[in-house]
Amino acid sequence: MRHHAHHFASAEAEFEASKQGMWVFLVTEVLMFGGLLVGYGIFRNLYPEAFHEAHKHLAVSLGAINTVFLISSSVTMALAVTYTQMGKRVAASCSLIGTLTLAFSFLCVKYVEYSHKFHDGLLPAGYFTNTELKLPEAPLFFSLYFMTTGLHMLHVLIGMGLLIWILRRTWSGELSSGYCTPTELVGFYWHFVDLVWIFLFPLLYLVG
Amino acid sequence: MSNYLAAKGLRSWLTTLDHKRIGLMYLFSIFVFFLLGGIFALILRLHLFGWGKDLLSADMYNQFFTFHGAIMIFLVIIPGIPGALGNFILPIMLGAKDVAFPRLNLASYYIFMVGAIFAASALFLRGADGGWTFYTPYSIRTNTTVLLVLTGALIAGFSSILTALNFIISIHKLRAPGMTWDRLPLFLWALYATSIIQILATPVLAITLVLLIAERVLQIGIFDPKLGGDPILFQHFFWFYSHPAVYIMILPAMGVISEVIPVFSRKPIFGYKAIAYSSFGIALIAFIVWGHHMVVSGQSELANFLFSLLTMFVAVPTGIKVFSWVGTMYRGSIHLYAPMLYALGFLELFTIGGLTGIFLATLAIDVHMTDTYFVVAHFHYVMVGGTIMGLLAGVHYWFPKMTGRLYSERDAAISFWSILIGFNVTFFPQFILGAQGMPRRYWHYLPEYTMLNRVSTVGSWFIGFGFLYLMIYMWKAVRYGKASGSNPWSALTLEWQTSSPPPTENFEIDPVVTDWPYAYAPDNVHMAVNK
Amino acid sequence: MGIIKQAFMLPLQGTAVAGRWDSLFLFMLWLAAIMFVLVVGSMLAFVWKYRHKASDRTTYITGSHVLEAIWIIVPTVMLLGIFVWGYSVYRGMTQAPRDAVEIRVLGKQWVWSFQYDNGRTSIGEIYVPVHRPTKLIMTSEDVLHSFFIPNFRVKQDVVPGMYSSVWFKPTVIGTHQVFCAEYCGTSHSGMLAKIHVLSEADWEDWNEGKSPKAFGDSLVEQGRKLHETKGCVTCHTADGTAKLGPSHKGLFGSKVELEDGTFVIADENYIRGKIENPRGSTKRGFTQMMPTFQGLVTETEMNALIAYVKSLAH
Repeated sequence: MRHHAHHFASAEAEFEASKQGMWVFLVTEVLMFGGLLVGYGIFRNLYPEAFHEAHKHLAVSLGAINTVFLISSSVTMALAVTYTQMGKRVAASCSLIGTLTLAFSFLCVKYVEYSHKFHDGLLPAGYFTNTELKLPEAPLFFSLYFMTTGLHMLHVLIGMGLLIWILRRTWSGELSSGYCTPTELVGFYWHFVDLVWIFLFPLLYLVG
Repeated sequence: MSNYLAAKGLRSWLTTLDHKRIGLMYLFSIFVFFLLGGIFALILRLHLFGWGKDLLSADMYNQFFTFHGAIMIFLVIIPGIPGALGNFILPIMLGAKDVAFPRLNLASYYIFMVGAIFAASALFLRGADGGWTFYTPYSIRTNTTVLLVLTGALIAGFSSILTALNFIISIHKLRAPGMTWDRLPLFLWALYATSIIQILATPVLAITLVLLIAERVLQIGIFDPKLGGDPILFQHFFWFYSHPAVYIMILPAMGVISEVIPVFSRKPIFGYKAIAYSSFGIALIAFIVWGHHMVVSGQSELANFLFSLLTMFVAVPTGIKVFSWVGTMYRGSIHLYAPMLYALGFLELFTIGGLTGIFLATLAIDVHMTDTYFVVAHFHYVMVGGTIMGLLAGVHYWFPKMTGRLYSERDAAISFWSILIGFNVTFFPQFILGAQGMPRRYWHYLPEYTMLNRVSTVGSWFIGFGFLYLMIYMWKAVRYGKASGSNPWSALTLEWQTSSPPPTENFEIDPVVTDWPYAYAPDNVHMAVNK
Repeated sequence: MGIIKQAFMLPLQGTAVAGRWDSLFLFMLWLAAIMFVLVVGSMLAFVWKYRHKASDRTTYITGSHVLEAIWIIVPTVMLLGIFVWGYSVYRGMTQAPRDAVEIRVLGKQWVWSFQYDNGRTSIGEIYVPVHRPTKLIMTSEDVLHSFFIPNFRVKQDVVPGMYSSVWFKPTVIGTHQVFCAEYCGTSHSGMLAKIHVLSEADWEDWNEGKSPKAFGDSLVEQGRKLHETKGCVTCHTADGTAKLGPSHKGLFGSKVELEDGTFVIADENYIRGKIENPRGSTKRGFTQMMPTFQGLVTETEMNALIAYVKSLAH
């Protein structure tokens, strides 16, 4: 008999409820990023030329590398969930470590990118000091760039915190074939974080 | 078996996972905030009495109305009924032992309190002004500590999201055996519709506030015309949340009224399905009418045309509810206890609030009325006359359930009449002031508006007295009230089928539902409380 | 009719639209009063008639589709009627006639200032002719404001960085109150102005003056000079010949085809936009090389420049 909270009829009911709760939470996340992307769309539409010029200053190659990191991390995350369900403690832990490593690599690349932007003065509107980009609305692009990627990075950081938490519980054997709701839910969350990036990368880096 | 209040000590409260205790903690906190917001209101009205010497300086006045608005909206009216009554009642009404995620529920309370502390801390620093709407670019430029209020509202928003999530999943997954969707009490239908709006709208407020905070901290320029941004875009973002938020505020109150009226009329609710589904009608329309707050903002004429047209349709589902409540009383056996008094007060005030809403939805009328006292009067009739009256109806209705005691009906009636009369005296003159053109948020007004402003201020004293009196008799009832018995109103919903106060796990025997909750038989006209 | 009207003490009707507004308002007031009596009256009647008695028996009614249909359909029809009436009055408020007298309004914390065609300016007091349409072209230097004349039943937000406009045709000679209706800081409630509606003769006097020279250059003349001193003439002629940029002759009010094939109407906001953010809306057939003048043109200069470009329309 798997354990479950007293107010649920069964462990299955509890898992179903948790899963549904996570979906509802992800809906709120979609709407939050959605609001930001609507803002981006509006300004892109208002100042197409400035946004076109500004987007050329983003490093497509670094963005592409990060895309690869995140997609791979989704694969390792999916593996982690499967191994946990199968009760393979070591394999599951290794997959989680792999996911964490890829997430960390993502952050490193992000650090390189951000420091370039800081160096070039490609900053949010009020602090924008770059002299090459003369279009008066170009700074708005970088405002939105930092807001969207910054909010996404915050999600990556939170995700890494959650990954460390379930890694500890997986390693200690708490999360295993009997009970792995946290792993599955963090998995959902992590795939969502990837998905957001899959939208951000073309929107910011590629569409010109 | 001991009831849920048995454990003593502060620690047992602060670490509780019991939805009933969390509900009471919300109720208490919200009451404290209401008191604070109310004191601001009374001082504002006192200032506006206008006896020649200013009670408040212009800057203080501007800060006071900002705090009054922000506290009342974000810390009282939005979390009020869901946080306090919803948390307490929802699981018992479902026949469940708790909400789906009790830990999340407690976290949600603490997040709410952290938000409240952020917002309140501005009081001790450089205050905040600009009104609860935080319109840009003023909110970017003002040198008050508006940042703290924004952060507080942002944090409180997450609490709101988590509570909504908890309610949705609880209603999906924790209904007692036999409780099909068409046996779901209307209070729960209302909370369900509310939660959906909270899930869909609050994240947009969150990102709007994040952008505004970033605007002040990082100068991102999105809403700042000096940096190429668009100040009107802020209004679109803001109202995309804040208009649905109006229904987040009113729907739960409508749910309470839908419970109270059949119980005290001893009759089935009229048009159960229409009332249940009209909540979703309202929720749906809520998302496509935000632009009616912006008729003179400079948005296009076409936008005004569409928003005004769509707004008209809000009145239809709202009307369905009001007519159905009145219909429920027809050929009933009406008991005028405090909850029913408040429900009737709700009907009177909300009808005025709703009808004046149609004035504001009408394009030409709105051009003159927007940003005047007409709007102030309208939303107080809806928010106070609606939500607060609903909250008070609910608090009186479920008081015996929460405490196992009865309050004095005579005292409750005194308090009710004082609040109802005071409210009408305070706010009805403001419709006239608005029609005459007095703009809102005015520290000084022209001499021709003096008389009505004074009437309004006198009315506010009656409201103040009513609430003071309410505090006293409620406290007396908690300490010395007569035992209520488990079901003093002889109501049929599940929360009344367990002892009062309920045991920690709500029911001694898991309930099974066999009928809908409004099946009042023709001879079931008596209440236990009479005997 | 009269009682409610008096109870509400509506402000004086200073325009024709105010009369139409009042009729609509009073109609709605009556309708609302009837609805209120219907709902609250029947509620009170039920409370009295069906008050609890020991021998009561209730009737088991759970609803009525007929009644529900009625209270869905009847309100819907009424609401649509109100909407149409409201929209038609609103149209009258938004469609400014072409021959309207134009006055430029600038809001800043916490004063209103006004610029007229003849070059005059005034602060806190605005002068307009009676029985002639007047259009206000408004912007703000700092935060949002809102220009509100209760007697005329019009109101329009004033937004920094763009122009908004409002128009009216005053019918009552005399002085009317203007409020700022959008919160704008400490002295929001002190941001008042007076609108003086002048008789035709007084308007002539005020507008032409005993000696027009006393007011200095007219707004168009000011604009023409700025057009030279700011260097606009280098690329934009006033005679219809295209140089590096399109000529300003006949530009205002025309449909401009942009590079991407879309069309815009060259109104105040378009010209303002071209001066401040020249990129992105270049006329088809020209190369974008205009520098931005953001921060180099004050709001009053902008008004003069636009007035000049407008004067070249015909």
